[in-house]
Amino acid sequence: MSEEAFGAVVTTSPKGSVIALTGTVNRAAKEGLEAAYAEASRTEGSVLLDFGDVDYINSTGIAVIVGILAIARSTDREIGARGLTEHYREVFEITRLSDFMNIYDDANAGN
Amino acid sequence: MASIELDSPAVDQLKEAGVELVVPLIGQGELLGALYLGHRLSDQPYSTDDRRLLGSLASQVAPAMKVAQLVREQQAEAKERERIEQELQVAALIQQTLLPKELPSINGWGVDAFYRPAREVGGDFYDFIDLGRGRLGVVIGDVTDKGVPAALVMATCRSMLRSAAPHHLSPAAVLAEVNDAIEKEIPPAMFVTCLYAIIDTAAGEVVFANAGHNLPYVRTSDGVVELRATGMPLGLMPEMDYDDKVYHMEAGDVMVLTSDGITEAHNPAREMYGFGRLMGRVAKRADDGDMVNAIVGDLEDWTGVEAEQEDDITLVVVQRTSSAESSASAFSSGEKLLTAFTVASEEGNEVMAIRQVSEVIDALDLEPIKVDRLKTAVGETVMNAIEHGNEYRAELDVSVEVKATEAAVRVRVTDHGGDKVIPQAETPDLEAKLSGEQTPRGWGLFLIEKMVDEVWTESVDGLHVVELVMNREGDD
Repeated sequence: MSEEAFGAVVTTSPKGSVIALTGTVNRAAKEGLEAAYAEASRTEGSVLLDFGDVDYINSTGIAVIVGILAIARSTDREIGARGLTEHYREVFEITRLSDFMNIYDDANAGN
Repeated sequence: MASIELDSPAVDQLKEAGVELVVPLIGQGELLGALYLGHRLSDQPYSTDDRRLLGSLASQVAPAMKVAQLVREQQAEAKERERIEQELQVAALIQQTLLPKELPSINGWGVDAFYRPAREVGGDFYDFIDLGRGRLGVVIGDVTDKGVPAALVMATCRSMLRSAAPHHLSPAAVLAEVNDAIEKEIPPAMFVTCLYAIIDTAAGEVVFANAGHNLPYVRTSDGVVELRATGMPLGLMPEMDYDDKVYHMEAGDVMVLTSDGITEAHNPAREMYGFGRLMGRVAKRADDGDMVNAIVGDLEDWTGVEAEQEDDITLVVVQRTSSAESSASAFSSGEKLLTAFTVASEEGNEVMAIRQVSEVIDALDLEPIKVDRLKTAVGETVMNAIEHGNEYRAELDVSVEVKATEAAVRVRVTDHGGDKVIPQAETPDLEAKLSGEQTPRGWGLFLIEKMVDEVWTESVDGLHVVELVMNREGDD
């Protein structure tokens, strides 16, 4: 595995926004993900995090996602996730993140 | 009363109450009470005959009152005895419920134990903890005090030991953790002596630490060896350090662990059984196979079979019956070192460790989901070692070693934070994190525990080691 820098690209549609994440989600992703979420939340509707091009998430990355989820919940905005590998889906279940966000199997599901 | 002229509040009170005559009730020279009489109904003063009659009555009443008093006292004593008996039964029940129901069965080893409570049950206990991978934890302990309080402390201590044992390869670390935990719970003036040993049944290696308990003896082909280790009893003071000592048991060696109920038992001449006599008994080779009965029999000869037992008697005997090769084969099918490397303590270097570990475990035919879990656990462990163990100090490396047997893959991660206490993994409170009551961080230890089958930690000479174990077969 290689550690690629974190990246986040926001696309919006009438149904909501998608944040396409790439590379490594760790504590270094905090600023980028928060900026992407701020951009996505300018549009009404839910926000979908696309992990399809993410190669590594560690515990500090989980903390960053928890932080985004906390912001979304404070404004009653729905958060979803797609493109998770079987392993990271398991991690989302173990950490109970999946209790607070919709997890989609289909890489193109959601918005 | 009218004739008594005393400046006494008691006399004044009696007079005010209209008492005219007081007749003492005396039995066996002891004042048991008094008859207080007011005016006669006829308003006539008490006559000499009246006084004689009352005196005669008092002399008959006093013994009857004495008998009644004694009966009441005996009834109260019987009730107290019954209460104590019930307490003793409760204490015995607690103790016997928590002692092992069966002895461990290990190829190449024989394990035996004996426990006999005194009438006034003390706080002796012993335990066997299966630590996996051919490791057996052996505990022997003694709580000061007797009865229910000792039994409750014994139950607490046993449960703390069982909870701490799976997290440490070091008995000293287990005792230190239990000491800090029990020191907060234990009543003043109570403490627990305890010896804890981890036996690697394949290698014959015994690592042990002692918190003020009787030292174990090992009978070897060259005589009896005392396994020396010292340390404060548990529960006296917080933040105590204990030392790990190592002894290698050869085939034929017999280790004997005892409580002070044996060494401090007296004979009719009030002489103690003592360590010397115990050591002599352990040394006798004719006792092979039945060391427990040999020691208990010798003790009974010393005290006399009819003598009331003064304290609980506890005895654990562990014998290595066969050679290293044969016992090793019961647990290990040959461990191979797959790789060993170091990474510098710089942020993000856990990814290098993950990469190097995956290069060697990819060849093991592990299920892909297990590979991913192990990689995540390795990443989190190395990250903790870099951040918390070595505190990002560039001059300190994190060492990683990957070994495999037919049964499991083991990854050992070593940093230089040996003196730091690693907290136990707790399930994070996600609701509290989402509501802002807690920091969003704190997932590392939890993830490590969830990703692999076993997690072990130990501190040796300033180094801190975390060992991750992933079973190659079994539930995915």
